[in-house]
Amino acid sequence: MTVATVGKTAIDPKVSSKQNLEVDQVQATVGSPLCENPKMSMRDVNVFYGDKQAIHNVSIDIAKHEVIAMIGPSGCGKSTFLRALNRMNDTVDGCRVEGEVQLDGENIYQQHLDVVELRARVGMVFQKPNPFPKSIFENIAYGPKIHGLADSRVDLDEIVESSLRRAGLWDEVKERLHQPGTGLSGGQQQRLCIARAIAVSPEVILMDEPCSALDPIATARIEELIEELSQNFTIAIVTHSMQQAARVSNRTAYFHLGKLIEVNPTEQVFTMPEHQLTEAYITGRFG
Amino acid sequence: MSKSMDNLHKIKNSLKRRSRAEARFRWYGRVAILIGLAAVLLLFADIIGKGHGAFKATYIKLEVHYDRDLLGVTSLADTAQLMEANWDAVPKAALRERFADVSGRRNKRQLYKLLSNGAGFDLKDHLLANPLLLDQTETLWILADDDIDTYYKSWLDGEPYAARLSNKQVQWIDQLHQQGQIRLQLNTNLLTRGDSREPEQAGIRGAVMGSLLTLLLTLMLSFPIGVAAAIYLEEFATKNRFTDFIEVNINNLAAVPSIIFGLLGLAVFINFFHVPRSVPIVGGLVLTLMTLPTVIITSRAAIKSVPPSIREAALGMGASKYQMVLHHVLPLALPGMLTGAIIGMAQALGETAPLLMIGMVAFIVDIPQGFTDPATVLPVQIFLWADSPERAFIEKTSAAIMVLLSFLLIMNISAVWLRKRLERRW
Repeated sequence: MTVATVGKTAIDPKVSSKQNLEVDQVQATVGSPLCENPKMSMRDVNVFYGDKQAIHNVSIDIAKHEVIAMIGPSGCGKSTFLRALNRMNDTVDGCRVEGEVQLDGENIYQQHLDVVELRARVGMVFQKPNPFPKSIFENIAYGPKIHGLADSRVDLDEIVESSLRRAGLWDEVKERLHQPGTGLSGGQQQRLCIARAIAVSPEVILMDEPCSALDPIATARIEELIEELSQNFTIAIVTHSMQQAARVSNRTAYFHLGKLIEVNPTEQVFTMPEHQLTEAYITGRFG
Repeated sequence: MSKSMDNLHKIKNSLKRRSRAEARFRWYGRVAILIGLAAVLLLFADIIGKGHGAFKATYIKLEVHYDRDLLGVTSLADTAQLMEANWDAVPKAALRERFADVSGRRNKRQLYKLLSNGAGFDLKDHLLANPLLLDQTETLWILADDDIDTYYKSWLDGEPYAARLSNKQVQWIDQLHQQGQIRLQLNTNLLTRGDSREPEQAGIRGAVMGSLLTLLLTLMLSFPIGVAAAIYLEEFATKNRFTDFIEVNINNLAAVPSIIFGLLGLAVFINFFHVPRSVPIVGGLVLTLMTLPTVIITSRAAIKSVPPSIREAALGMGASKYQMVLHHVLPLALPGMLTGAIIGMAQALGETAPLLMIGMVAFIVDIPQGFTDPATVLPVQIFLWADSPERAFIEKTSAAIMVLLSFLLIMNISAVWLRKRLERRW
């Protein structure tokens, strides 16, 4: 109860300026946002929705085969930033991205880049499980089919099986591959979506609060899965659960009102945060 | 404590008032539905009551002798002779034989009016189908005149209407009836023949074919155009002033009186492009213009109802926009689009006004065989018959309405069935 009261006063501008929690004063990201040989590197990224700026000057690197968690209070722009990484924001009317987003040193916002290729390399798993209203098999086979990854039917069968195995779903669905994917439970649907994403062998997987619609048991399974996948894939996960970030990620990035406040190894963020805003958030003073 | 007791009391008091209001509200709904149902029942009862008679026609039993000399025919293979032959002479002779006591020109002319004046041609068709009957005698049921038909049906119903008949004719019918030589038979003409000035020979086959051809063209044009426009506007067009302007105009067009589309068709298709008048092509084009807004609006609604998560899933997999639409949005939106198209078609089937402007109101006897044959359509046929002075057309009109309504019913049922059948849940 008392914490909540403190949290409220912290948002009050007068009090917060005293406590140096004013976000306007944040000049640069603290901690270690950059790394050597990054898989993806973002420099001075600004995202606008019409006139409203949602992301302010974010610079961060994502290392190869790491799991980076993005946390922060609601509306802090973490999802917007994630969607800028595979240009899913292109589908939103009035959304504009400035700055540089590089995948293996290549700017993904350059004019002649085909988003189809980009999204085959940077896959995405969404907040709400969204399998296609088709069979389980068709769900997995769709990506390889449109990208022409399978040379034969046998090939395709193999891709489907290995994707489902890697997503830990094979044993549960192998008997009913040709039944609709929408008939699975929520957790199974989300693993199906992960299997669908890895079926095209992307290099990076973006996950936008993948467990927020799931119960704790299904969540635990997905978290296990993320750990396994991190051996082969680079994963950026947005989550509003700090425990989840603590459990699955190597590094954690804290966003606040569209700014990247702090990036540090996960252990450090949750034990000795450098920035007061981060500390305020992880101790539950607001969020 | 007393305060909460007080509140409880207030709530209890208000409960009665609230449940009364709810009961009243339910009754309003029931009454509204009853009024609607009563109106529909009244309409159906009236139409069926008037129209059921048209499915039967009066026939008179006569001994027919296909006399070579009477016809003036020596061989049935000679078409020139067949053209010249006096076909009417055969039924007239049959009548004279049946009523041998009738004498005098005036009486005989009244006698001849018992039969439809198309009876001779019916016998010609019958004879040509059975050439061995030449010079033979045969007992046949021959179609009666529409005035006789009207009188006989009304007499059977107990309210004889004899205004158009002479006393002698009434006596003859009485005589025929007593000897079982006049009866009601299934009226095959109604469904197999085109329009005619003579009510007993008039049928709706021409109008049904005209409607079918016109609708086929309308469907073939408006569905692909409408769906393409809807997909482009929903999925590809950038939202700006121009697309807003288009959207407003499409919605406006859906409410434009249909006769204006007829005028447009007259000015554009007939006067400018010189498409022939009165043919299903021009009718189909005009009805396409008319149904396009409906098809576009319902298709857009169907596309909008596809959850955005499916689009995101497809795009996130690296599908191009075209693949996303073709593989995911279109299959999910198709039931809604088809329903919209069928509703549009039903609307087009019942449309009269624009077709009046483009000459599809003409009196056409021949049954149209193609898109370029002059034709009329069912609602226009109803309009034409309702306008005809002959009393026998009253029941024909209602019968045509029954046929039109059953087509509409079939279309709407198939729309519901299609939606149920194709609908996917997610």
